[in-house]
Amino acid sequence: MNAPQTKPFKAGDYRSDLTPVWCPGCGDFHVLMSVTRALAELGTAPQDVAVISGIGCSSRIPAYTNCYGFHGVHGRSLALATGLKVARSDLTVMVMSGDGDGFSIGGNHFLHACRRNVDLTYIVMDNRVYGMTKGQPSPTTEPDWDSALSPGGTGLSPFHPLVIALASGANFVAREFSGDIKNSTRTIIEAIKHPGFSFVEILSPCVTFRPDEKEWKNTVHKASVDETDDPARAARRIMTDDGMNVGILYRGNRKPYKAHVSDRIDDMAALESEFAIPPASKT
Amino acid sequence: MTTSQTASESVSVAIVGSGGAGALTAGSILLAACGKSGLYGNMNRSVGPQIRGGEAAALLRICSHPVDCMSESYDLLIAIDWNNADRFAAEMPLKPDGLVICDPESGEVPDAIAKTGVSIVEVNMKDLAKEVAGGRENMIALGLAAGVMGLPIESLMAIVSAKLSDKGEHIVEAGRNCIEAGIAQVSSHARSLEIKPPEKQGDGRWLITGNEAAGLGAVRGGVRFAAAYPITPATEILEWLSPALSKTGGALVQAEDELSSINMIIGASYGGRASVTATSGPGLALMIESIGLAAASEVPIVVVDVMRGGPSTGIPTKSEQSDLNIAVYGCHGDAPHIVVAPLSVADCLFSTQWAVHLAEAMQSPAIVLSDQSLGQAHVLIDQPANVAFLAQRKIFAGGQVETYNRYALTADGVSPMAIPGTPGGQYTADGLTHSQKGTPSSKKSDHQDQLDKRRDKIANFDYGNHWADVEGDSDMVIVTWGSMTGAAREAIRKLSAEGVSVKLVALRLIAPFMKDNFLKALEGTRRILVLEQTHSGQFHQYLRAQCDLPAEVRHFHRPGPHLIGPEEICTQIRDWISA
Ligand SMILES: Cc1ncc(C[n+]2csc(CCOP(=O)(O)OP(=O)(O)O)c2C)c(N)n1
Ligand code: SF4
Repeated sequence: MNAPQTKPFKAGDYRSDLTPVWCPGCGDFHVLMSVTRALAELGTAPQDVAVISGIGCSSRIPAYTNCYGFHGVHGRSLALATGLKVARSDLTVMVMSGDGDGFSIGGNHFLHACRRNVDLTYIVMDNRVYGMTKGQPSPTTEPDWDSALSPGGTGLSPFHPLVIALASGANFVAREFSGDIKNSTRTIIEAIKHPGFSFVEILSPCVTFRPDEKEWKNTVHKASVDETDDPARAARRIMTDDGMNVGILYRGNRKPYKAHVSDRIDDMAALESEFAIPPASKT
Repeated sequence: MTTSQTASESVSVAIVGSGGAGALTAGSILLAACGKSGLYGNMNRSVGPQIRGGEAAALLRICSHPVDCMSESYDLLIAIDWNNADRFAAEMPLKPDGLVICDPESGEVPDAIAKTGVSIVEVNMKDLAKEVAGGRENMIALGLAAGVMGLPIESLMAIVSAKLSDKGEHIVEAGRNCIEAGIAQVSSHARSLEIKPPEKQGDGRWLITGNEAAGLGAVRGGVRFAAAYPITPATEILEWLSPALSKTGGALVQAEDELSSINMIIGASYGGRASVTATSGPGLALMIESIGLAAASEVPIVVVDVMRGGPSTGIPTKSEQSDLNIAVYGCHGDAPHIVVAPLSVADCLFSTQWAVHLAEAMQSPAIVLSDQSLGQAHVLIDQPANVAFLAQRKIFAGGQVETYNRYALTADGVSPMAIPGTPGGQYTADGLTHSQKGTPSSKKSDHQDQLDKRRDKIANFDYGNHWADVEGDSDMVIVTWGSMTGAAREAIRKLSAEGVSVKLVALRLIAPFMKDNFLKALEGTRRILVLEQTHSGQFHQYLRAQCDLPAEVRHFHRPGPHLIGPEEICTQIRDWISA
């Protein structure tokens, strides 16, 4: 039978009526579209999704969705999301960040979120610049990118998010380009469905402080190697990565984090008995 | 227990030995056995700076009434050996009529002790232990202490069996034989250190540390999620909470750092579960930015700070009250929140439970300022009553609403909170200044409204009579807070025996400051002694900033690690009266 499938939700059901503060042409608009399309495709009700972020242009995204959201402090979105997901495993928890938020101030949490492997979907909108603070180099910025804060460039080699994610134990690793909404949507769906910690770097141009990134639509290309569940194979692909190839890199089988939550709800008496010293018998 | 005329209300005992000699085990059994006999008391462990091994001392105080401060001097010192005893000598001064029991096999009595003129009794503990199959000298020491104090062997054996029975019947038997051998050594010449029977017979005592009590208070208060990063002297809270939470349907996550743990509990609480973290000064400093986030986004959380000497790494294993300023004033911007300080080890339970209740009821961060002297003290307390606090988190139930305003302005300043999963309640919690709906705003009116709302919900809450312990009646008042209350109470007890009455005002609720209640409690006061364990006098400055102190004021303060003791407080009062 081929009855037309009716989906309970449309992408628009996941959008709030708030107008984004983003500059016209900012890649983050596309990420917002991909996320809402992915959620509609999955059919999870908006109230059962939480979108957690830190600080930055990219991190403004939660309020533009019609899901539950938390716009926290700079760099700590993964920690906040971890607490939420452990406490509320029934929710779909998305974490949305920028390259400064996620890799600089929040870098340590990135390592440990990969390692802990809580069932979260972590999307970093990488524009290789600090947009919100108006154009400083981030950990993924090229060494010779000139800016007021680092004239002539930082001279530092960029941080490689996919390498770090793979090495630290992320269970799903991918890169997409914001302008390719179709593939971004598809990968976000896969990332949400995959158990454990899923990491998707989305190259998302900052048209204001990195106008050169408008060229990205021409320079991104599909990776020449298919996705794999073999970390060694994934590592080999990354070694030849020019930073612009897109697609799912790795889909692993590590067991997701499970908190030791028991069914017993109110065993206070047993808990307290360890402190009691029964009085000496009167006999 | 049979009691003689000479029995006293309080006996202090130190048991020392090199690492592995079992001084701490002997101390724990002795304390629990006293609890079994209906007595009160406490024990602090003093260990050398090395992580493992080295010397160890169990410092006990056994009383016929509840007690919450350590001894300033000791009646009985039992040295299983004298290795490194010099290191402890300063920590455990002996009373002039004190008694030392030591093993002649383990060398000369150290000069520092010998020259004080205390009575010294030699007992061959090692030899006696060898005569018992499986015997250990710490159990002989335990028998000696019990003999001197006149404790019934049944109390000791009940504890020994409970602690050692899983190691086999022969070990319990060896324990009994050693204890009996120890008791038999106590000659009728030795000074008796009998204790008066307890003032009040209860349903039995609890033996608990302040850190365990804080953990239990959190769970009783409904906490089901914790996240934390280990730090001395708070770690025991986490080690107690981890299994306790999994037994009660919750979970504890060990975070990668305190920046993470504070955000984890904000996330879990945002998800609807009451949440707690525990730390000490350095960790609190790292958490501060996010405590401001919890205040601004109105997410209830509880942070237990077990204070240690500061600043920086300070003295991790010793107590101080010097995190008062950061707890009250640490946040940037205007971020009113709750600061509560337990007044005793037993009160760590109540105060933490109360803090959970306050945080949940007002959707606010609450900081509990415990400290090392409470957290790591093992104390015999009356079995705590069950306190049921009624107010729960005000929740948005979902359903028919045009627009849900997460930060709606309400009469009491508390707005119904939607928990993720609730249809129609979707909102974004935000640390940005926001409108009532929660959307980011830099409007003058929104900023003012939300600041007012968050101030008022905390200022106007009904804290009942828990804000302070106010005891006694006199125009001479000790004003103090937190752990210093134990020594203050003890001093007041001593002075009253001398016919000097002193009133106690011990603040449990530090912030918000209950100015009206405080000034009312001080009506008719002529003299105020402000007492605290800080170098700079943070508490005194705080009081001065909050109100005009309505009397003549003296201020007694000192940093850690040397705790201010009751006798010193008595001296302050006596000098003032006779001045
Ligand atoms: C503790 C703290 N330090 C600094 C800032 C200032 N700040 C805000 S956003 C930002 C960088 C954001 O960059 P990125 O994460 O790449 O996001 P983008 O704006 O490029 O999307 C910085 C440094 C802050 N908000 N908080
Ligand atoms: S500054 Fe850059 S990142 Fe920020 S909104 Fe504008 S284009 Fe986007």
